[in-house]
Amino acid sequence: MGGSILGNRVLRKEDPKFLTTGGVYVDDLLDEPALLGALHVTYVRSTVAHGNITSIDTSDAVSMPGIVAVFTGKDLGLELVPSAYNPAATRTLLATDKVRFVGEPIVAIVSETREEGEDAIDAVIIDYDVLPALIDLEEAMASSTLLYEACGSNVVFDSMVLGLPDNTGDAYFADCEVVAKGRFINQRVAPCPLEVRGAAAAWGIDGRLTQWLSTQHAQGAVAPLAATNGVDPSKVHVKTPDVGGGFGAKIGAYPEELLLGVIAKRVGTPVRWRETRSESMVGLGHGRAQLQYVTIGGKRDGTVTHYQFWAIQDSGSWVDMGTILAPFMTRPMSSGVYAIPNIECRTTSVVTNTTPTVAYRGAGRPEATAAIERAMDIFALEVGMDAVEVRRKNLIPKFLTPHTTVVGQTYDVGDYETSLNKVLEAADYKGWRAKQKAARDSGAAKQIGIGVSVYVEITGGVGSGESAKVEIQDNGHALIYTGTSPHGQGHATSWAMLANEQTGIPIENIELVWGDTDLVPIGTGTMGSRSLQQGGNAVFAVAAELVNKAKSVAARLLEASEEDIVLDKDSATFHVAGTPAVAKTWADLALAEKQSGGLVHSDVINVAGATFPFGAHVAVVEVDVETGKVTHIAHTACDDAGKVLNPMLLEGQIHGGVAQGAAQALLEEVSYDPDGNPITSNLADYAFISAAELPSVTVVHMETPTPLNLIGAKGIGESGTIGATPAVQSAVVDAVSQFGVKHIDMPTTAEKVWAAIQSAR
Amino acid sequence: MKVTITVNGATHESDVEPRTLLVQYVRESLGLTGTNIGCDTSSCGACSLHLNGESVKSCTVLAVQADGGSVTTIEGLAKDGVMHPMQQAFMENHGLQCGYCTPGMVMAAISLLDENPSPTEEQVRIGIEGNLCRCTGYHNIVKSVLACANNK
Repeated sequence: MGGSILGNRVLRKEDPKFLTTGGVYVDDLLDEPALLGALHVTYVRSTVAHGNITSIDTSDAVSMPGIVAVFTGKDLGLELVPSAYNPAATRTLLATDKVRFVGEPIVAIVSETREEGEDAIDAVIIDYDVLPALIDLEEAMASSTLLYEACGSNVVFDSMVLGLPDNTGDAYFADCEVVAKGRFINQRVAPCPLEVRGAAAAWGIDGRLTQWLSTQHAQGAVAPLAATNGVDPSKVHVKTPDVGGGFGAKIGAYPEELLLGVIAKRVGTPVRWRETRSESMVGLGHGRAQLQYVTIGGKRDGTVTHYQFWAIQDSGSWVDMGTILAPFMTRPMSSGVYAIPNIECRTTSVVTNTTPTVAYRGAGRPEATAAIERAMDIFALEVGMDAVEVRRKNLIPKFLTPHTTVVGQTYDVGDYETSLNKVLEAADYKGWRAKQKAARDSGAAKQIGIGVSVYVEITGGVGSGESAKVEIQDNGHALIYTGTSPHGQGHATSWAMLANEQTGIPIENIELVWGDTDLVPIGTGTMGSRSLQQGGNAVFAVAAELVNKAKSVAARLLEASEEDIVLDKDSATFHVAGTPAVAKTWADLALAEKQSGGLVHSDVINVAGATFPFGAHVAVVEVDVETGKVTHIAHTACDDAGKVLNPMLLEGQIHGGVAQGAAQALLEEVSYDPDGNPITSNLADYAFISAAELPSVTVVHMETPTPLNLIGAKGIGESGTIGATPAVQSAVVDAVSQFGVKHIDMPTTAEKVWAAIQSAR
Repeated sequence: MKVTITVNGATHESDVEPRTLLVQYVRESLGLTGTNIGCDTSSCGACSLHLNGESVKSCTVLAVQADGGSVTTIEGLAKDGVMHPMQQAFMENHGLQCGYCTPGMVMAAISLLDENPSPTEEQVRIGIEGNLCRCTGYHNIVKSVLACANNK
């Protein structure tokens, strides 16, 4: 009997294709029969951040070579669409009267080639009455200039509307011996999947729309596509080709994608659209973008008793998902890993004349973690204790039954101190402190900084379960249908491992189907680190049920009682206990069931709730105090995601997460000039982190399984980002704290670090 | 304009617009979509391929500049169904996730080892600086390149 495949470093089934012919992304569908003769759509975008459109002249553009049609929102008869999160905010999918950010689509050009469409952009003349651009969050909060007059304010969501109390100000800290305050900028960043957005649309003779979409959630796109196209959802078929990364920004469908069916119907031809990177930098949603006010108070001995946090969330110019991450993801996690008896947390989401914000790897939790971790650091400085000791003093002790924090969030299991101890040891924390002291004593230009974070996050909070179907084909191979939507995570391999564990069918004989709404009508997609604990769990449960079904078929064929049938997983055959010589293969059973619907089982498997992965990171940086230049020289991460299915994939998720966390801490920021012109709107200007700016990452394993699903798994997709961001930022501050620097906002660029040193000295 | 370009060993005579980029040529004229486009400023390297034996970002080369030249794309690396050692190294070291940067990354990595067969980790990191990846944090890409170098 061979051992379980679970927990092994199984190489990815999907890799040979990606490595030899490349994936088939939406822009690669050159041979798709339904898209033969497809025309190209190019959008003309607003060049002003805020203004009323006074005229749109498309007459020159329409006569240019290769131009088939040019449509304004009025031409297409577009109606106002309310935001799902604040229905008072409404917009048309192409701006008709008012523009609210640079990059907002206004006109759709349809052309024979993509280049002809791009050539025609400049021939579309749009006049605006320019309005004051609101870029600064606090200015937007106070301004009488409103993005959405019907909202009555630029505040489009406040946690107080949920019946949650306001923060009470300094009086809250009256009994504290020590109080520290901070104003932290958790800056706006660009998700930057390597594949930009792309889509295609074709109407069939049956009156159904087929939409190809680079998305994390095909099933979620059906309803908005149906609404935009004015058809019943049953008339919409979404297909997901390979997707070149998403990071949260490809969860929701965007106006440019939703409109393709409308345009295809108008021109009577299928259409394709793929944005340029420069368009993507302003059109694809951004992430983070919080201004944070924190006050932390407690006793001189390092005990934190009070924490007050006000998160002001930049929604950008549309009330999109970013708006609700602050109240529903940041606020519940505001206590972090600490047993703080008194917490006040208010969130306020504000619209500004910038690109709308959406989910981005971590989506609200990195912001919560950054706030409490930076608060712990400034508190440690105030009481004169080591940052690790202050954390240790305030950690929630190990718990294996649910623990509810003072903000009302219930965590499943946690052992924060062990993760902290493990990471400190693996990172040689003491050794680095000694090296830091030596560098300080020598007064060298290059100083060492060490940053520590301890975090807990919430995963699998989206959706209460997932669909799965396992179907045995005539040759005994299995097809798995999943409602998750892999775009780099390796579900084809992981789900095959889970099905193999139950059925014994070799993983090379198991293929995965996803992202096609005709084949997988029920699905919540891949987001919020939910896939394994919900989608994988569903595959595991459904495959087990299929084995039971198969046993009853085998019993019939072998003329035995079902209880006596045994599945030999090594040979993937069924036999009567004690007589293995007479065995039935999966193919035999599938053949026997062919006339009665096939050997297949499907179900939606619910899970008992979200899980709360945790861990601790240690970042080490070297700072040249003469120039401010920061070099990230070491990073150690201990991330506990419960039971590990495939350590290779888990490590890959941590590596990528750490890089994105470090990128925010060190380099990346989306910037606008005061008029709202984006100044980081391509990859030459945006500081997308490269290999040369990162160290290799030491991963420390720790497994505290959750009781909330069959496989004991918690999410791992976002942990690296959540743990890394504050650790790296703290390391930079720590390197220069000897000069009296207490905080440096992200990104900790050379300019900012140098300025902080100068002003502290 | 008429061009003659050998791609993955096969010679193609084509008529291209003067402004056609090499990446457009291999993708659209030849249907070799393994080479991807990730940006419009020659920053990301997703379109890296080999022109006359050297890695180039094919979004910064016009098809007409490749006239008479020899191009290798990701599709041309494997021989008789056997992956190139660099492809194999990426597979064994989980050097890819979404796969979008992968063809360009593999092509750039092969060129890197051609120039420096035994690089240090730092040399690999600097060597692939022009190829961006958002998924892997580069950790396993660097590991793949070093593994390939050590196996030679």
